[in-house]
Amino acid sequence: MTFSVRAGLKKFNIDYNFEVKNIYEYYAKWIREGKLKVNSDWNKDLQIKFTVQDPCQIVRKSYGDPIAEDLRFVVKTMVGEENFIEMHPNRSNNYCCGGGGGFLQSGYKEQRLEFGKLKDQQIQKTGAAYCIAGCHNCHAQIHELSDHYGAGYHVVHLWTILCLAMGVLGPNEREYLGDDLKEVNVFHPETAM
Amino acid sequence: MSDQVVSLGGKKRSTFIDKVKELLPEGGNLSLCLTCGACSSGCPATGLDGMDPRKFLRMAALGMDEEIEKSDWPWMCTMCQRCIYVCPMKIDIPQLVFNARALRPREQRPKGILGSCDLALKNPSTSAMGATPEDFAFVVEDVLEEYREAQPEFADMQAPIDKQGAEFFVNQNSREPVTEPDELVPLWKVLHLAGVDWTYGSHGWAGENYCMFLADNDAWEHITRTTANQADKLGCKIFLNTE
Repeated sequence: MTFSVRAGLKKFNIDYNFEVKNIYEYYAKWIREGKLKVNSDWNKDLQIKFTVQDPCQIVRKSYGDPIAEDLRFVVKTMVGEENFIEMHPNRSNNYCCGGGGGFLQSGYKEQRLEFGKLKDQQIQKTGAAYCIAGCHNCHAQIHELSDHYGAGYHVVHLWTILCLAMGVLGPNEREYLGDDLKEVNVFHPETAM
Repeated sequence: MSDQVVSLGGKKRSTFIDKVKELLPEGGNLSLCLTCGACSSGCPATGLDGMDPRKFLRMAALGMDEEIEKSDWPWMCTMCQRCIYVCPMKIDIPQLVFNARALRPREQRPKGILGSCDLALKNPSTSAMGATPEDFAFVVEDVLEEYREAQPEFADMQAPIDKQGAEFFVNQNSREPVTEPDELVPLWKVLHLAGVDWTYGSHGWAGENYCMFLADNDAWEHITRTTANQADKLGCKIFLNTE
């Protein structure tokens, strides 16, 4: 993950000849350059609402607000500006979801869910049906928060909605989509397993 | 007023907080706390195990090393750094927490984190789920072939491993190849449609790093070196983290 690589290279004085980047920045770049033909037409009538989790490791701990802006540009392009709802606080000031730092594997489940209560309330307040979480730890934790506190919002990766918005998301690539999106804009529906 | 100077006995013993200060640039500003409580009021870990960030820092400042060593709270703080972000003195409490984790003998740290770190050390994949480079290559090739056939628009899609000279070195969380391989495909499609020249590495392809969470510096360094060396060996310009 972004932070462990960046911090590790520095902390251990490791020589390297590459730049360390995060893919959010490139998703935004590729959309701006017209390489990824993404639009929100699929959501024009559906009007499904999305919010986004700013992963601590990528935003606050690595690239700051500029990458949070890239993330928003990508999300708004995919789902439509009017269908994006911010959590508060957000960007570099966002609350951690409680999935980071090894918490998911530490065995302190009760405390982890208590920690995540704040995140769950933030998401519930947006009223969004989907929370986009580009980080796997966030993804797993927020998924569990939705179940545990009963709100039932869905948690999805960015790449899923990117492909949905480009019309290339197949029927078997929809593990985390809810029933409202399982049948929308399906690419090669005949391949459903 | 007495003209005798009161002297307190002996040299101050070295405490945990002093050792951490030596490790950090500017001593992590650990002596600068104004006790304002901004850290604790905005911390989701406040109240867990009867602790909060300000209290933890104060305990360290008071030399309560034994209590710190016994506390489970360092494993409930995610080191998310929001406390530094809101702190007027930019005090590095997360580094205090990281080093507090390391006070505990390695084998007594939480089993789940320990197990994931140990799996990552088992083979050059550095996967916290223990998948070998061969497992990874098998899944990638198998899924790629299936999708190229089923979705002819993507018949030219690539998912190379160890492609010399590729521009991007892409890493991948183990969860997809190990538990939900179909979820690999949307990322590959995005890279394909963007016309990106990219590769995975047979070594260091796994994006996660539980050794960092375990506060095992040697293992964290090993994982970072493995993946960085592979990217350099392949001559990649951009190390692209997918999360």
